[in-house]
Amino acid sequence: MLVGGQFVRSESGRYIQVADPMSLGGTKENVPWASRKDVRDAVVVARGAWEGWSSRTAYNRGQILYRLAEMLEARQGELSRALERGGLEASRAASETAAAIDRVVSYAGWADKYQSLFSSLNPVSGPHFNFTVPESMGVVGVVAPARPALLGLLGAVLPIITAGNTAVVLASEADPRTALVLGEALATSDLPGGVINVLTGRAAELVPHLAKHMEVAALDLHDVTPELARKAEEAGIVNVKRVRTRSIDEAAWFDADGATSPRWIERFVEMKTIWHPSGA
Amino acid sequence: MTAKETILAGTNGEPHAAPSSPGKRAALDFGKAWSYAPAPEAADHVRIEPRYELFIGGKWTAPSSGKYFDTVSPSTEQKLAEVAEANERDVDLAVKAARVGYEKYWSKLSGIERGKYIYRIARVIQEKARELAIVETMDGGKPIKESRDVDLPLVAAHFFYYAGWADKLAYAFPGRSPRPLGVAGQVIPWNFPLLMAAWKLAPALAAGNTCVLKPAETTPLTALLLAKIIEECDLPPGVVNVVTGAGATGAAVVAHPDVDKVAFTGSTDVGKRIQKALSGTRKKLTLELGGKAANIVFADAPLDQAVEGIISGIFFNQGHVCCAGSRLLVEEGAYEPLMQKLRDRMQTLRVGDPLDKNTDVGAINSKMQLDKIRELVLAGEREGATRFSTPCELPERGYWFAPTLFTGVSQSHRIAREEIFGPVLAVMTFRTPEEAIEKANNTMYGLSAGVWTDKGSKSFWVSQRLRAGVVWANTYNKFDPSSPFGGYKESGFGREGGRQGLLPYLEVD
Repeated sequence: MLVGGQFVRSESGRYIQVADPMSLGGTKENVPWASRKDVRDAVVVARGAWEGWSSRTAYNRGQILYRLAEMLEARQGELSRALERGGLEASRAASETAAAIDRVVSYAGWADKYQSLFSSLNPVSGPHFNFTVPESMGVVGVVAPARPALLGLLGAVLPIITAGNTAVVLASEADPRTALVLGEALATSDLPGGVINVLTGRAAELVPHLAKHMEVAALDLHDVTPELARKAEEAGIVNVKRVRTRSIDEAAWFDADGATSPRWIERFVEMKTIWHPSGA
Repeated sequence: MTAKETILAGTNGEPHAAPSSPGKRAALDFGKAWSYAPAPEAADHVRIEPRYELFIGGKWTAPSSGKYFDTVSPSTEQKLAEVAEANERDVDLAVKAARVGYEKYWSKLSGIERGKYIYRIARVIQEKARELAIVETMDGGKPIKESRDVDLPLVAAHFFYYAGWADKLAYAFPGRSPRPLGVAGQVIPWNFPLLMAAWKLAPALAAGNTCVLKPAETTPLTALLLAKIIEECDLPPGVVNVVTGAGATGAAVVAHPDVDKVAFTGSTDVGKRIQKALSGTRKKLTLELGGKAANIVFADAPLDQAVEGIISGIFFNQGHVCCAGSRLLVEEGAYEPLMQKLRDRMQTLRVGDPLDKNTDVGAINSKMQLDKIRELVLAGEREGATRFSTPCELPERGYWFAPTLFTGVSQSHRIAREEIFGPVLAVMTFRTPEEAIEKANNTMYGLSAGVWTDKGSKSFWVSQRLRAGVVWANTYNKFDPSSPFGGYKESGFGREGGRQGLLPYLEVD
């Protein structure tokens, strides 16, 4: 798992077995099974990384995201193979990887543009200069969709980090291995440690812990059961958490226009309005 | 005795924080000799009905419970009217009426036609502004100068502003086609009864939704007058419904399965209960909750202006303001002169009959709220902070609390952490901008903040670092319909006002 730019196993020592269709004897691979403690550690790291990430210039965040796209491109084969081992046909794996790289390029471009779209100069009555700007929320807990395992994870996380938040992501349970391969690309990119933290494990077990955590400002839950969504929302009242849930068709993740809408970024910003008198 | 003798003798017996030479302080020591003659706003032309029913489906409807409750004037403790108590059945009727209103009429209208109705409401509010301001003051206890000069103009402005959005929604979110949500259930508090009704109804209606509004039980009258205005403006039946009652009525509105969107303004406690009640329902929710705003004064600030901002920040509307600047953070170098000016200015505040046009601080909204303020002030004294309350004669009847400030407050004191929702200021100091920001952000709330400094770059630097939805730099408590308002953290989510205030009432994804 990737926490704070480091590769860690679960402190619990637990593991989940994932089939390895490439092996001849039908052996399985072991991926970490994150615990409550792992979630808490990741949140602490993400909270620490938020100060630096959110205070970087928008231009710099865009540069780092574009650099990430370059890193992914260099590992295109590796990522595609991971998806294949997760059960995809070669051609579908390749097109998902290509779409994922495009997605990162697209959000690299958003990093210094969404502010202009969401902000406003408000024509208030009276001698005041008044404007509204978007700001990040803090640490966002994400449950990535089951499929597409790579494009879905990046598609969910990119709008969140583009807005200056940091993320603790629970990878797809259907294909957790791809997320860990992605983690290697993330770790070697210029993305500061702790901006994206990837855990593997069971959403039903870990989401309530994320939801209860006081340092998690928001949740973005994809494809979770209504029961788990309700539990997360209930646990989230502890700090009036912003809980977003949705289930998007697998095909819709490939719809570049829809999935790069600035509205996806707007879901994870707070609007700050600043007033100042104006006069001689 | 002449006025001059009074000034020098200081016969009003007011305890001063620091004795100073009479010449220096003369201007402020005017005591009783300069007391104003009463200037009451005439209320004889205002007619309050003895009893109000529920406004459901365009008709005034008796509650199925058969129950009514009194609404009293907090300044006289006199009963003003009795108001229907809506139970679950009444709320169900109101939601059904809103659904019919949505499907049969409101969703079939073009944006420009919806806008015309909302414009008409705005115009009639302006025409009846005086009556509305007087009733607002009688029912809620706020000074007439505030209801007349602040609340009512803003109420009309909100309807005017959002009326113009009704036919322009597609421009608000380019590249998307926004759609209304359906029926909005809206629960509002007692501190700005009519203004909160406007904040809730105007954007909801402009976005194409229909509404069930539940005003607070201590201040239902102006929402009912607004319902009469809506009736007069001939809105289609069911588009706006007003159900009165206490917490149980609000809970019924929130929990009704056919409500698509819930908007609540009130305490963080109740907001959390609503968030819990809605978990797993997929209803849209916005919450405007409590606050404990820091008002930061740097030593280079224009102190006289800062004092005015501090006063309006905490004593406006008796401090019954969620964004009240209730934590004053003063840079050490400015502490002594600022506190002197602040105590002096506090003593000029006139507390009393809210219908008197000279009154600055009116009545506390209810007995319950007065008890809560007293409890927290007692906690402040017990925890070792130093209390200063302006010496003023409070009327014998009604609920009153003298403007109060605490010095020697530390971060852990209850008066520095909990929302008091009364005219009580907690003062702390800081030495560096970093420390000011650290202290300002050290709260579960994040609704608003104030910054006072002569240096523009510093005010922006600080504003950027404050975790709050509204930052007033060198001003305080300013509102405008075009300007988004809402909180970070446990002050809730969603924004009201501006383009951003339309978003919670639309499906945009």
